[in-house]
Amino acid sequence: MCDRERSVAMEDFWAIVLAGLKVWVCLIVALLMVPAMFGFSLGISETYMKILVKILEWATLRIQTVNKEQQILKSSSFNGLVQRDDGSMEEELRGLRRSRPKPPVGGDFTLSDCFYFYRRGIEDIIEDEVTQRFSSEELVSWNLLTRTNIDFQYISLKLTMVWGLGVFVRYCILAPLRIMLASIGLTWLVIGTTAVGFLPNWRLKSWLSEWVHVMCYRICARGLSCTIHYHNKENRPRKGGICVANHTSPIDIVILCNDGCYAMVGQSHGGLMGVLQRAMARSCPHIWFERADMKDRHLVTKRLTDHVNDKTKLPILIFPEGTCINNTSVMMFKKGSFEIGGTIYPVAIKYDPQFGDAFWNSAKYNMVSYLLRMMTSWAIVCNVWYLPAMHQQEGEDAVQFANRVKSVIAHQGGLVDLSWDGGLKRAKVKDTYKEEQQKKYSSMVVGSEEDRSSNSD
Amino acid sequence: GENGTLSREDFQRIPELAINPLGDRIINAFFPEGEDQVNFRGFMRTLAHFRPIEDNEKNKDPTASEPLNSRSNKLLFAFKLYDLDRDNKISRDELLQVLRMMVGVNISDEQLGSIADRTIQEADQNGDNSISFNEFIKVGNLYFVYLET
Repeated sequence: MCDRERSVAMEDFWAIVLAGLKVWVCLIVALLMVPAMFGFSLGISETYMKILVKILEWATLRIQTVNKEQQILKSSSFNGLVQRDDGSMEEELRGLRRSRPKPPVGGDFTLSDCFYFYRRGIEDIIEDEVTQRFSSEELVSWNLLTRTNIDFQYISLKLTMVWGLGVFVRYCILAPLRIMLASIGLTWLVIGTTAVGFLPNWRLKSWLSEWVHVMCYRICARGLSCTIHYHNKENRPRKGGICVANHTSPIDIVILCNDGCYAMVGQSHGGLMGVLQRAMARSCPHIWFERADMKDRHLVTKRLTDHVNDKTKLPILIFPEGTCINNTSVMMFKKGSFEIGGTIYPVAIKYDPQFGDAFWNSAKYNMVSYLLRMMTSWAIVCNVWYLPAMHQQEGEDAVQFANRVKSVIAHQGGLVDLSWDGGLKRAKVKDTYKEEQQKKYSSMVVGSEEDRSSNSD
Repeated sequence: GENGTLSREDFQRIPELAINPLGDRIINAFFPEGEDQVNFRGFMRTLAHFRPIEDNEKNKDPTASEPLNSRSNKLLFAFKLYDLDRDNKISRDELLQVLRMMVGVNISDEQLGSIADRTIQEADQNGDNSISFNEFIKVGNLYFVYLET
C-alpha cells in the first residue's frame, strides 16, 4: 500500500510540475515573445522601470541623510582628484622664467624649467584622461548593485533588506528568465535566417530576412531587459550608407538592430559565434573577414566600397573606435571607414549607468561572464540619437572628416571628445608624440634666440 | 601589477606620462635605489611631496621633522631628478643628459653644451663646476615666488 501511495504521489508531483511549466511557457510566449515579434509593447517593462526608479530614489535619499548625519566630507568643488592649472607649455614656462632676466646669448634655459614637466607628470600619474576610460564609470550614488559599491558602508537595516531582496529578484527570477529568452532569440535567429536563406532571390526574401532579424533581436533585447529610446528617427541610416557609432560593448549591435537592419563587418570566428555569423550571412549579405585578410587594408577597403556602391544592400555598421570604451568619452576614430566615400550616418549611444553598467572590460571579463553580469543587472537603459547624414567635404582629408564626425557624436551624447587612440588599452603610445613635446620645448629654448637676432637687426 | 606593487611598465601605460620628455626620470623617482617594485606606502611617500602646503601646518611643533611637502623637500625632490648618479651634485654631464631628454634631437650638441655651461656658471658659487643642493635652492626659490604670487 505504501509503495502505491508513493508512486501516485510522485505522479501527481510530476503532473503539477508539467502543468506549471505549460503555464510558464504560455505566459512567456504571450507576454514577451508575441509583442517582440510584432513590435508592440504591453507595458510590463515600463511598470517595472517606474518601480525601480522609485526604489533607487528612495535608496539615494537614505544614503544622503545618513551621510549628512555622519558629516562625511563631500567631494570638493572641482571635478577630479587634482587641481590643475590648464595653461599651455608656453604660458607656464614663461611664468617660470619671469623672475630672471633674459640672457643675452645662448639658449633660454633655467633649471626650474623642469618643474613644468615634473608637475604635469605627477598630475598625470594621479589622474590621467586615458586609462580611466578603460574601466567602468564610477557612479555618483549607489544603485543597489554590489558591483558598483566602492566604499561599502552599512547605512541601515532597511537598505540592506532592500538590497537583499534585489539580489534575490535579480539572480533567481530575472536572470533565468533572461537567459531563456536570450537562448530562444539566438536559436530562432539561426533557424530563421537559415530558412530564409533557402528562398530564391525575390523581394520577399529581403523583406522576410529583415523581419526575422529584427524579431530575433527584439527577443534578445527583452532577454537583457533593454529599454531603448530612439531619437530623431527621420535620420535613420539608409541603404548604401555607412552607420558609425561609439562602441561600449557587443550589446550595441542588439541595441541598434532593434530598429533597423544593418550589414555587419567583422572577423569571422569559430564556435557558436561562427554558427551565428554563417547563418546570418545566408539570408542577407554581411561582411565577414578571415583573420589574415584583416591585415590587408586594400582588401578590406575594396570589399566595403563594393558593398556601399550596391544600393540595394543594407547600410554597413562600423564602430570606428575599434575597441570598447566605457561610455564616458569618445576616442580616436580610425580613418579606414571614412576613406570609402559613402554617406556617413552618425549615431550616438549613451547608456544610463544607474540601471546597469554596459561596458565590456575585456581584460577583466570574458564574453560569457560579461553576458551574465548584464543579465543580473537591473536593466539596460540607453538613448540612441540618429544624427543627420554627413559627407566628406572638399579639401578635407579622412582624418579631419573622422574628427568632425567624432565631435558631433560626442556633443550629442554628452561624452568627452578625446583624440587618444582606443588601442592604447593594449599598445604603447607612439614615440612621435614624445618627439612633438620635445620639439615644442626646444623652440622655447632656442626660438627666443631667433627672435632676439631678428630684433637686433 | 595587481599584486600590491607597481613596476615601471605599469607607469608607462599612462599615455600622457609616456609622452612627457622627463617621464622616465619621474617614474624613476618612485623607485628606491636598485629596486624595480614600489608598494603603496612608497608610492604615497613620493606623491606626498606635492600636497599643497596648508596653513595650520605652520603652527605645528617646530621640533618635529619637516613635512614632506615643505619647500626644501620639494626642491630636494627636484634636485634628485637632475642628479642621476645620486652623488648630491649636478655635474655638467648630468645636466646635459637631462637637457637632451627635454629637447630631443632638435638642438645641436654644441649649443646644448653652451647652455649647460652657462647654467652652471650662473648657479655655481664655490667654483667646483657643478651645482650642489644649496646652490640649487637659490634658483628654486624663485619658482616658489612665482607660485605664490
